[in-house]
Amino acid sequence: MTPRIFAYIAHKGGVADDSAAELLAAAKKIDAGASPAALVTGWGAELDSVCEILRGSYAEVWKVASESLAYPNAELVRKALVKVLPPGCIVLVPHNHFGIDLAPGLSIKLNAAFVSDVMGIDGIDGASLKVVRQEFGGQMSTHVRCDISTGAVVNVRPGAFKAVDGVPAGGAVVDKSSDVGALTAGRRYLEIIAAEAGDVDITKEPVLVSIGRGIQEKDNVAIAQELADAMGAAVSCSRPVVDAKWLPKSRQVGSSGQTVRPKIYLACGMSGSFQHLAGLKGNPFIVAINKNPKAPIFQVADVGIVADILEFLPELTTKIREMKKVSV
Amino acid sequence: MEILVCARRVPDTSENEIQLNSSGNDIEYDDLVYSINEPDNYAVEEALQIVAKSGGNVTVATVGTDEDEEILRREMAMGANHGVLLSDDAFGGSDGKGIATILKGLVQKRKYDLILTGVQAEDGGAQVGGMLAAMLDYPFASLVNSVEVLEGKKLKVGREIEGGNKEMSEVDLPCVLSIQTGINEPRYVGMRGIRQVASLEIPTYGASDLGVDASSVGEAAARVKREDYFVPALGKGAEMLEGSSDEIIDKLVELMKAKGGLQ
Repeated sequence: MTPRIFAYIAHKGGVADDSAAELLAAAKKIDAGASPAALVTGWGAELDSVCEILRGSYAEVWKVASESLAYPNAELVRKALVKVLPPGCIVLVPHNHFGIDLAPGLSIKLNAAFVSDVMGIDGIDGASLKVVRQEFGGQMSTHVRCDISTGAVVNVRPGAFKAVDGVPAGGAVVDKSSDVGALTAGRRYLEIIAAEAGDVDITKEPVLVSIGRGIQEKDNVAIAQELADAMGAAVSCSRPVVDAKWLPKSRQVGSSGQTVRPKIYLACGMSGSFQHLAGLKGNPFIVAINKNPKAPIFQVADVGIVADILEFLPELTTKIREMKKVSV
Repeated sequence: MEILVCARRVPDTSENEIQLNSSGNDIEYDDLVYSINEPDNYAVEEALQIVAKSGGNVTVATVGTDEDEEILRREMAMGANHGVLLSDDAFGGSDGKGIATILKGLVQKRKYDLILTGVQAEDGGAQVGGMLAAMLDYPFASLVNSVEVLEGKKLKVGREIEGGNKEMSEVDLPCVLSIQTGINEPRYVGMRGIRQVASLEIPTYGASDLGVDASSVGEAAARVKREDYFVPALGKGAEMLEGSSDEIIDKLVELMKAKGGLQ
């Protein structure tokens, strides 16, 4: 028999995260007949509002209300979940900044197996759950077998499972708050410091020349800037360029950076990690330029060019400048 | 402050084209270029910066074999005071929980005020630090992009959350933090620096040295196992532009004009 499946639902301002529908889809991949329960922690009217929304899609909503859970501190949430969850269950958690904080420790306290950043689910075979992960920057996929005989915590990659339309569930809200009691943690939330605004707002630009590790050094950023100037575009980047301090954080596209909606996106010398692509919305026309023909970016791009960007971008800049001269 | 940094040697994704081997279910390991897992290197740099301000020692540990010693030496060349290799036949095939169990043995033997890991290695996907903290009942914070030592055995820690925002928390010591790339600028290590630490002794500890029950680690205890590698199914895939670079550029310019990206 398939273990009971729970989906941990992140929420903000009384609204459930997009992952609520994705985790439901992932649960159905584990067991098409499963009736997973949503698991929601929080406090006050916002929590009630999320529970009400989730009743529409989940057959059961487990609500854990505590003033100490008003802000989702992973250590406190973990302690609450350990008190509430039945032994041997499968817990699905979104693999984002909160799930990474919560799930590994939760698996230890539940004595459950843990598998991280899952992007595909083959299903259950006896006492094991077979899932798909990626390694080597997305160059390789791998099947992973997870022994679920004492339960499992599964971190699910955001965006990997498409929400499925279902009949409205009209689920019941089950209040588990009284199981939790007082909670304390060795880590205490202080505040959120908002991202600094940059010199250029890449979220408003229709054309982005976006650079990755392939730009190789800081001085080469000028090559991308020259192309952007010729095209009337702006320069954005992926994480390694910010880590190396070649461009400010405000230019980073991705889940930990900006979400952009350009019409055209030139992905130059970048692998195309899912964290990066998570920041690229609105179905832009993607041109990928990378010297590695196996770079995963070619799977998602519309047009691909195998070339060294340090040679290709200046040639493209020259061509566009010539065109503009002619047309003037 | 006594700081332990847990590090790993991994195939360097930026240096390798990963291929399947002839049997088609595993990757080709010959000619792979290995290096320290990138976030782990940032963790070592952060540890060095903390002891430069607050005093103490930095120990770098890895679970592996003799081949993994090279990353310990590299981090010692950066300035880590000690390297420790955790190696035993019983450790082979450990899953994330097994690795955390081995590291827990070291922490209980040596007592550290602060334990750092890199935020993730690709085959695990961010798990060992959080598991280790839960096993020790220490506080944990992941995706850490700033650390400040406060009075009274506490840290002020920043975490990278969505949209470039930063979540600030106060964390009691001892604790475990997983360090995000970009938190600092790791110092350069030259060949000369590595030669200077070449003869330093690196102790090796096995299961009995660490008080680790051999049946709780290794392949037999692993509940999570990789079965194979395979090449991901291509999505629709890009239309690849081919020809001379002039031809490619002409085609690209036409396409971008058609999409309204060039006036």
